[in-house]
Amino acid sequence: MSDFWILLTGSMVAACCAILGVFLVLRRMSLVGDAISHSVLPGIAIAFLMSGTRDSAFMLIGAAVLGLVTVFLIQLFHQSGVQSDASIGIVFTALFAVGVILISLNARQVDLDLDCVLYGEIAYTHWNTITVLGIDYVPKAVWMLGFTLVLIVLVIGLFYKQFKLCAFDPALAAAVGIPVALFHYLLMGMVSMATVSSFESVGAILVVGLLIIPPSTAYLLTEKLGTMIWLSIVIGVASTFIGYYAAVMLDASIAGCMVSAALALFILAFLFSPSQGIVSRYVSRRRAALRHTAS
Amino acid sequence: MSHSPLAVKGLSAAYQKKAVLDNVSFEVEEGKLMGIIGPNGAGKSTLIKTILGLIPRLSGEVTVFGKPYSVQRKLIGYVPQRESVDWDFPTNALDVVLMGRYGRLGWFRRPGAEDKRIAMECLAKVGMADYASRQISQLSGGQQQRVFLARALAQDARLYLMDEPFAGVDAATEKAIITLLQELKKQGKTVIVVHHDLATVKEYFDSVLLLNVTLQAYGPTDAAFTAANLHRTYGGRLGFLERLGHDVPLPAESR
Repeated sequence: MSDFWILLTGSMVAACCAILGVFLVLRRMSLVGDAISHSVLPGIAIAFLMSGTRDSAFMLIGAAVLGLVTVFLIQLFHQSGVQSDASIGIVFTALFAVGVILISLNARQVDLDLDCVLYGEIAYTHWNTITVLGIDYVPKAVWMLGFTLVLIVLVIGLFYKQFKLCAFDPALAAAVGIPVALFHYLLMGMVSMATVSSFESVGAILVVGLLIIPPSTAYLLTEKLGTMIWLSIVIGVASTFIGYYAAVMLDASIAGCMVSAALALFILAFLFSPSQGIVSRYVSRRRAALRHTAS
Repeated sequence: MSHSPLAVKGLSAAYQKKAVLDNVSFEVEEGKLMGIIGPNGAGKSTLIKTILGLIPRLSGEVTVFGKPYSVQRKLIGYVPQRESVDWDFPTNALDVVLMGRYGRLGWFRRPGAEDKRIAMECLAKVGMADYASRQISQLSGGQQQRVFLARALAQDARLYLMDEPFAGVDAATEKAIITLLQELKKQGKTVIVVHHDLATVKEYFDSVLLLNVTLQAYGPTDAAFTAANLHRTYGGRLGFLERLGHDVPLPAESR
């Protein structure tokens, strides 16, 4: 049974990250995803301290708020003349540091392990169940990820055209009256929630891999946004399965193997993509050169 | 009383405290083709973006057919600079044109068959019907510009604001674009174009606005597009004007 829960948790993490990651990658905001995944830490710590529980709802809210604060601060610094990569670096390390301090100061009250936040442990997630709607055998992480995934699918599904236009041409989006800033913060809020829901299973560092690598792989394989999202999900879920069974065989970290599997798939696409792959480009160049010499 | 398509009064805007538009006022007549010209950094694009509310204005008032811009969005078509978007975005030409319909769809509706039909029609008007399913990164610069124009047509507006539609396009596209603009004018639409090629101003535009942070001259092309006004607008940067030294600012052979 534990296999099932681990694969389900991993697949849900991968799906959440894959959908949102597509928009991050297309908007060239991959590093903002990285920043958010770290700077939600103080949000979680504050949520623990205020609520006194590891209640998922508080964690999600705390994380979403801190995610938005992160994005707001990055923009504020950037607009005041700091380089954008520098302002990302400043904001997320500083907020992460605040989180570390908050947790270490309250180590006795806060039952939160920094190692767990950074690296996660998907193998343990199925031990931690809670009772919801009278069902007591479903792991907490699955509830949390399920809620986040449904929310992401609903929001992106309902406002697909807005997210698309904001990603492609924000100036036109604003000109036709789409509240660009609202959708920007909506996306970032969802990234924060996805990150927090994924913490316990894959950790703050490897979640970034799932946020960026599958969408980048899909980007190499298709020329349609809709297809890119589906492919990204499929690649993310495939990485989960490959990674899990590789981890079982090697007796290694599951999350580590998942992201490594995602990377392996990326390299395959990078080499063999029909339109953009290194190999097909080389072949078509050779063909062109041969035609040239033949004529 | 009929309102003019666009009235701008005392408009000012700034980037980080440096004024880029200072107290600009003008009013456009309906059914005219108007050019905005001026040197680099004169605030031409900023003027358009401020009118559209993309850049916050420091002061001044903008009305579109007598009402504030925010309630008249559906009457306006916008063509941003081609370089302002990422042409590697995973989408095709028809899909980009369909984006012109988004403003009319409200919050939840998705583009339907009727929108697709309109988008195809607009692509045909710019001579790009055969490229509808082409990935946008595979289009040439001129073709990309035509797709952008088709998208503005799909907005089905009465007032068009275009930011450098002639920049970096081939001669065939330039001709196609100007034919289209004249077509729009015949239908009674108003078109405002940020333009950089002084040689074609007289031929293309009914009226012209010379801008260099402040408004330098505005009026019918014959009256406003004079050597003296150009000299004032471009300062020393238009050395060849002095060599000409007569009323016709630019002879045909300088193209």
